[in-house]
Order: sequence, then C-alpha cells, then structure tokens
Amino acid sequence: MKKRTLITSAIALVFAQALPAAAQGKDPIRIGAVLSTTGPAAYLGDPQLKTLQTYLAQINQDGGVLGRKLELVHYDDASEAAKANGFAKRLIDDDKVDLLIAGTTTGATMAMAPLVEKAGIPLISLSGAVVVVEPVKKWIFKTPHTDRMAAEKVFEDMKKRGITKVGLLSETSGFGQSGAKETRAVAQKYGITLVADETYGPKDTDVTAQLTKIRAVPGIQALFVFGLGQGPAVVTKNYAQLGLTVPLYQSHGVASNEFIRLAGKAAEGVRLPSPALLVANALAANDPQKPLVTSYAATYWKQYKDEPSTFGGYALDALMLGVSAIKRAGGTTKEAVRSALEQTRGFMGTTGQFNLSATDHMGLDLSAFRMLEVRDGGWTLLK
Amino acid sequence: MNKLPSSTRALMLLALVLLCLPLVLPNSFYYDVAIRVAFNAVIAIGLNLLIGYTGQISLGHAGFFGLGAYASAILSSRYGWPPALALVAAAAGVATLALLVARPVLRLKGHYLAMATLGLGIIIMIMLTNESALTGGPDGMAVPPFSVFGRELSGEKHWYAVGAVALWLMAWTALNLINAPGGRALQAIHGSEIAALAVGVDVAAMKVRVFVLSAAVASVMGSLSAHYVGFVTPGVAGFLHSIELVTMVVLGGMASVFGSIIGTVVLTLLPQLLSAFEGWETVAFGAVLMLCMILLPKGVVPTLRARLNRSAP
Amino acid sequence: MLSQLLQFLFSGLTVGATYALAALGFAIIYNASGVINFAQGEFIMLGGMAAVALAALGLPLPVAIVLAVAVTGLAGLLIEKFAIEPAGRADVVPLIIITIGASLVVRGLVQVTLGKGTHSLPAFSGEQPLAIAGATLLPQSLWVVGVAAVVVAALAWFFGRTARGKAMLATSHNRLAAELVGISTRSVLLLSFVLSGALGAVGGILVAPLTYTSYDMGIMLGLKGFVAATLGGLGSGLGAVVGGLLLGVLEAMTAGYISSAYKDAMPFVLILLVLFFMPRGLFGAKTIDRV
Repeated sequence: MKKRTLITSAIALVFAQALPAAAQGKDPIRIGAVLSTTGPAAYLGDPQLKTLQTYLAQINQDGGVLGRKLELVHYDDASEAAKANGFAKRLIDDDKVDLLIAGTTTGATMAMAPLVEKAGIPLISLSGAVVVVEPVKKWIFKTPHTDRMAAEKVFEDMKKRGITKVGLLSETSGFGQSGAKETRAVAQKYGITLVADETYGPKDTDVTAQLTKIRAVPGIQALFVFGLGQGPAVVTKNYAQLGLTVPLYQSHGVASNEFIRLAGKAAEGVRLPSPALLVANALAANDPQKPLVTSYAATYWKQYKDEPSTFGGYALDALMLGVSAIKRAGGTTKEAVRSALEQTRGFMGTTGQFNLSATDHMGLDLSAFRMLEVRDGGWTLLK
Repeated sequence: MNKLPSSTRALMLLALVLLCLPLVLPNSFYYDVAIRVAFNAVIAIGLNLLIGYTGQISLGHAGFFGLGAYASAILSSRYGWPPALALVAAAAGVATLALLVARPVLRLKGHYLAMATLGLGIIIMIMLTNESALTGGPDGMAVPPFSVFGRELSGEKHWYAVGAVALWLMAWTALNLINAPGGRALQAIHGSEIAALAVGVDVAAMKVRVFVLSAAVASVMGSLSAHYVGFVTPGVAGFLHSIELVTMVVLGGMASVFGSIIGTVVLTLLPQLLSAFEGWETVAFGAVLMLCMILLPKGVVPTLRARLNRSAP
Repeated sequence: MLSQLLQFLFSGLTVGATYALAALGFAIIYNASGVINFAQGEFIMLGGMAAVALAALGLPLPVAIVLAVAVTGLAGLLIEKFAIEPAGRADVVPLIIITIGASLVVRGLVQVTLGKGTHSLPAFSGEQPLAIAGATLLPQSLWVVGVAAVVVAALAWFFGRTARGKAMLATSHNRLAAELVGISTRSVLLLSFVLSGALGAVGGILVAPLTYTSYDMGIMLGLKGFVAATLGGLGSGLGAVVGGLLLGVLEAMTAGYISSAYKDAMPFVLILLVLFFMPRGLFGAKTIDRV
C-alpha cells in the first residue's frame, strides 16, 4: 500500500515538474521595459517605446520566438532615476519578466543596476555613458555607442585637420556632463587642449553669453558642443548670430534631421559622429548596414509618419540582440540568455556591428560611428 | 467605561494595520510600495504641522530631502562615515540651514516663506547637479547600504520594519505635540493667529520651530531613502517632488495627522495605477488633483469626518 | 569689453521681455483674486505650440498667431470657469494645488495631441543679425522687446483709462468695496484669466523663433516669471515689467561674468536676497494680512 502511494506520488511529482516546462513552451516571453517617455528625456524614450512596440508586433506576426509570443510590459520613469528603480522592482518581482530592455538615461540604468545584479536578470540598457559597461557588470549590457567614442571620433577628425585648441560647451544634463567628462579624459590622447569649458542648461533659450566668452579666448580653433534635443540648436543659432567662424562640432545627441530643421541655415558646416541610420540612402550599395537601416527607416515612417531617430535604433538593436540571444540559448533561462549575449559576434544592428564578449558588454567600435557634415541642408558622409 | 481618547485609539489602529500589512503583501514589489509610502508619510506628517497648523507653505521641502539624501551618500561613500552618524549630521546641518532661512522670513506676514523655500529648493537642486566632483552630477551616485553597529539593513523586510516604526513614531510625536500644553500654542495659531498673539503666544518663534522640525524630518527620511534605494539623483530635490509632498498633505487633509497618511497613500499609489493610462498619465494626474481640491477643499479626512459628524445623530 | 557687456545686455533684455510678460500675467491674476497661478508658464507654452500647430495646418502666420492667442485666452477662461470658480472662497493652498493641477492638464493635453518634439516658428522679419557697437542682435529680439513694450503700454491705458480696467484695479485694492459699488468681481476674475492667458501666449509666440517651443518649456518660464513678479512686488504691474527685465539682464550677466553653470540659480538667489532685505519687492506690494 505504502509503496504504491510512494510510486504514484513520485510519478506525479515528475509530471508536475515536466508540465510547467511544457507549459513554458506556450507561455509568452515577457520583456520588461522602463523608458523615459515623459520628462526631459522623452525625446529619446518616445521613439524607443514606439520601436519596441512595432517590432514586437512584427515578430509576433511572423510566428514569435521559439514558437512563443513576445509580450512587452513597459513603464514610464518620467526621466527620474528613483522611479526607474521602483518600476524595475515591479517588473522583476511582480510582472516576472524574462529580460529587461530599459534605461533611457544613464541615471535610470545605474539606479536599476544593483537590483538587476541581485536578481540575476539580463538588462540591455539604452543609455550612453561609458560607466554602464565600465567596469563590466555581469548582467548589464548596452547598445548605444558610449559618449567616450563620440568624443574620440570627433577628436580623430579634428586631429586630421590639425586642430589642437578646442572649446567645450556642454549641457548640464546627464548626457552632456557625462560626455564632457569623457571629452576631457581623452583630449590629450589626440593632442588636443581644451581652452574653454562652459555649460548651458537643456532648456536655455539663449547662450550668447557663453559663446561670447568662448569667442574671446585667444587662438581657439574649434568648438565642440555636447548636448541633445533643442539646446544644441539654440547654440548653433546663436553661434551664427555672433558671427563665429571656427568649425563647430556636435555630438551624436543631435544626429537627427530635426536638428537641421531647428537650426536652419546656421547648421551649415556642422560636423558630428552618427550611426549609419541618418544617412541610410547615402550609404554605398555594398555597405553591410544598408539593408537594415533602410528597412528600419521605411517601417518606422510607415507606422508613425515620422523619421526614425537614432535613439529608437538603440531600442531596435536591443530587442534584436535579446531575441537572438534567446534563440541561441534555446529558452528564457536567465543565465543561458546572459551567456548567449556575451557570445554574440558579428551581429549587425542599426547602430553598428556588435561583437560582445565577457569583457565587452557593448560590442561596438569606432567604425560604428560615421563622421557627417551638414551641406545644403542635408547630411553628407565625410571621408 | 472610560473611552480612550480618539488619538490613542487611532494610534493603536495604525499599529495594528502596520503589523498586519506584511501578511497581505504578495511580493517584494508591494513591500517596496509600502516602504515608499511609509517614508513619504513621515515627511507629510511633519509638513502638515507646518501647513495645517501654522498656515505656512514650503515649496522647496524636497530640497531638504535631497540634502539629507546626498549628505548621507557623500559622507558614507566618499568619507567612510558610519551611515547613522552621517544621517544625524545631515539632519543637524539641514536644521541649521532651515533656521537661517526661516528666521528673517517668518517674522513677516504673508506667504514669503513659500517664495523663500521655492528659491532655496531650486538652488539646492542646481548645486547638486553642478558639483559633480562631489555629487556625481546629473547622473547621480550610488549609496552604500545602511549599517548600524556592524549589522547591515538589507532587503524589503528590514526596511519595512524601519518604515513602519518611523511612521508610527512620527504619528505619535505629532499627536503628542499638538495635544500637549506646549502644543496648544500650535492649535491657537491654527485657530486664529491674531488671537494667539493676543494671548501672548510667540507666533513667529513657533513657526520657526515647526519649520525647522519639518525640515529635519525631511532630511532624515531623505537619508534613509537614499540608503534604501541605493542610488540618488538630483531629481529628488526638484520642484516637482516638492509639489508632490505638499499635495500629499493638502489632499489628505490639513491639520490632520491621519489625513497626511491617507494623502500619501493615494498620491504614492496613483502613478502606479495611472501607468495603465499610456500617455495620458499627466492629464489624469492633474485632473485628479483639481477634482480633489475642488470637491474636497479641506482634504479627504476632514471632509469625510465632517460628513460623518453631520450624519451621526 | 564694452561690446561684450552690450552683448550680454541684448540677450538679457530679450529673455527679460519674456519674463516680464509672464510676470505681468501673474500680477494681473494675483491682483484680481489673490491666486498665484502656477499655470501661467503653460500659457506661454500653449501660445507657441498652438501657433506652430496652426501654421503647420497651412494657415498664414499672422492668422495662426491671432488664433493661437485666442485659443490660449480661451484656455484661461476654461481654467477659471472649471477650476477656480467651483473652488469658491477656498484657501490659498488648495488654490495653488488647483492651478498646479490645471498646469498638468494643459501640459499633458499638449503632449498627447502635439507630441513631445521641439518646434520653431519662422522669424518675423528674417534672420540677418544686426551689428551694433560690436555686439549682434537678431531682428526677432527687437520684435520681442518692441511688442512687449506696446502690450505694456496698452495694458496701462486699459487699466488707467477704461471703465473695465479701472474696475479690475478697484477689485484688486478692495474686493468688498468693489462689490458694493456694483462691480461684478466674478467677471473681473474671468477677464483677468483671459488676459493673462493672452499675455502669456503673446510672449510664447514672440520668442518661439528664437528659443523654440516644446510641451515642457512652460515649467521653468513660469517659475522665473513668478520670481520676476515677486522681485518687482507681487501685484504691481510696473514692478512685474521691471522685475522681468532686471531678471533677464542679471541672468545674462551671471552667465557671462560669473559662471554659466549657476546662471539658473541667480533668479532664486535674488529672491532670497529680496525676501531677506526688501520683502515688499522693488515697487512695494500690499502685505497679506491674516486674521
């Protein structure tokens, strides 16, 4: 009697273990997203959410991943890091997601980092600062270029032209200050001295005071502006108004057609590093990035009647990276997905080609940035 | 049968709720919400003493919160101070600052404190954003966990206990303050400032004292919050956060300790509930604020209390 | 040296004119009702955004501008009717919360309908900078200061010479007395909101070619306008204008001579100083007596 009950219960137990595994086959794959769709970073977060939603729907239409549908659970952190932390907890503990694609701003990513590391769930961040992946954190990856790469790409171009004395004008936002810090750190490597170091606020309506100070610096040869959204457009306009003639370099924060629209004629001659997405049509026919970026641009335009932004591109790359890792891991077991992410090689994204490793959780190099210049109201590829 | 005074009954009820809540919280996310509510409620009670009883508004209280948070973060992570000591030092510093600002301003009649606190709050936030060598700049800085006597506080259960105890203590302190003989002065000011002056209450001094107390409380909760979340950004000292704090007080009911708790619960839960609105959160939030203030101008608890009293025989 | 000073002065006056218009909006509503309207900044934003949206529909710019001002005035009216009036004789603090709620609703509606992007209006008379004594000035700046001056003069005439305007002034001095002589304080209140809305809109439209407009540009502008109004003495029209201009110039000077990072802190440091040493503001306001 006892023996039979024992065997029956043992068999039942085995089935009980197997059933959830089989059921997992039908369960949707849950992707959690914490993005800044309101607040100062909404300009970045909004296209990110839209991109995720569009491509998730498309993947599901094409049959999903490993036969399972994708499900997106997203929250808006209103550009506040403390809220990001709270929503990350909700996604991990309450919504029980399998993967996180989150962190429009560096502040948000860093606020979520301790939670993510403790819970052991992969996070693909969409924020720019180098501190997200340096030092490497076990569970945290990112898709955007780092601000250090932007500075290096700009300095590379300056060095080619023999520019050595540069003024820096950075935004007091997280993006701007982190970029300024990296700029100062790498300047010497390219033989560049920063002869001016001013700041402006993201919602400033006028920076003629700062530019007047910069103009007065003797021997200045170029100006590097680190900011995003409308601030750099105001800078560019004031720059033209004051009649400044030294070359003006911007960061990838304004790699968008909106910048040219806002700054108007003043944008002529501005140079900046940008992902290939911005010049999709100008890419050589055999450029390995061309098919993906042109298709992204077309899809986004069709759905939203708006140009895709490079920030949205980061989200697309994160999603595709995540999906590819899940496919290679054969499921959503977090550790397996994490290692699959680390083993990603030769993965083509809108931002560039990704080659990740255990010591490099971003995977891009300087070639992922293209140097562009504004000519006749449009973007031209340099070199 | 001697009935216990209503405030004691209410405190007992609060203790009961706080003790039983963990039984119904399903996972650590809910604990997280409860902890945040508890922390905010403590600040709200302190702020209510200022707004509800002395009739002054502070539009920059988040600045004190932020100073407490950052002082704790900087002292404990960059200078290796024990967190408890950093917390006390921060509160002392903030109290001094509050005193320096309030003394000259509270001698005047009118809403000058509102403007002064508005200015102070924003200056604090700008400083926190700009002094990046010290504060980590706009992207913020990490905060080590809170440890006292070598034991570290970690995990939701520990922090829930901290939050619950802090909330109960604050409610008890506030109620005692109001009902004690010294606190009668507060009630007198609430009733009529001129009458209070006439009977010899030093109104200005009382206002300063209450302001300093509420500022210190905000600083302590800021420090605790920083250790709990593990990360702090300048946004916590911002104008919008100050407005949120004032709204918790006004929504729940001015001059009502339990009103502050209710107001905090509503305002902390609302964004979580509104996340279903997909883009309309701001509109919904604003609409809720307006409706609550128009329909319940004295706040939720006093209005309900008045209705109940009216309907009772 | 002089050209640098002049450059700072020019940019300060341009920004200051916007602050002045915002401050005037605060002052008018405060005078009529004692309410500090935290939605004032959103009026500025709404004017600019509405003009952009209307122009994008194909309307000629002048028409778009007039309509945008009208739309914002209407928004002011709706806020007064549906938020302030139902509150009745509420205390100051609930009223402040109500105006904050209103500002969120306006901002949220613009965000949902017009998006989160940044927009610009074409400059009214071209973008060719004018050179004056070594400093440069954009023609749009002249528009800003010029139109602001015209608006201020028109308001002075309105308040000083017309019956309606005098009625508003009377209400601000003594509400009870005004009601006793038959002034409808309710319509005065309504008019004050409409007027402030229109004022804000004009300011927003004037600077949109220079500074762009987006759904969240109202927050800081509103706060600084409030500071300017308090600097000049809450309730004084002249004070609001002077306060606004002074604030803009001081901000530019701070950015130029002291530190560009702390430029935004300057208005708020100023307000603390004013409160410590000169609480009535430059042109003296009435103190609020609590009884």
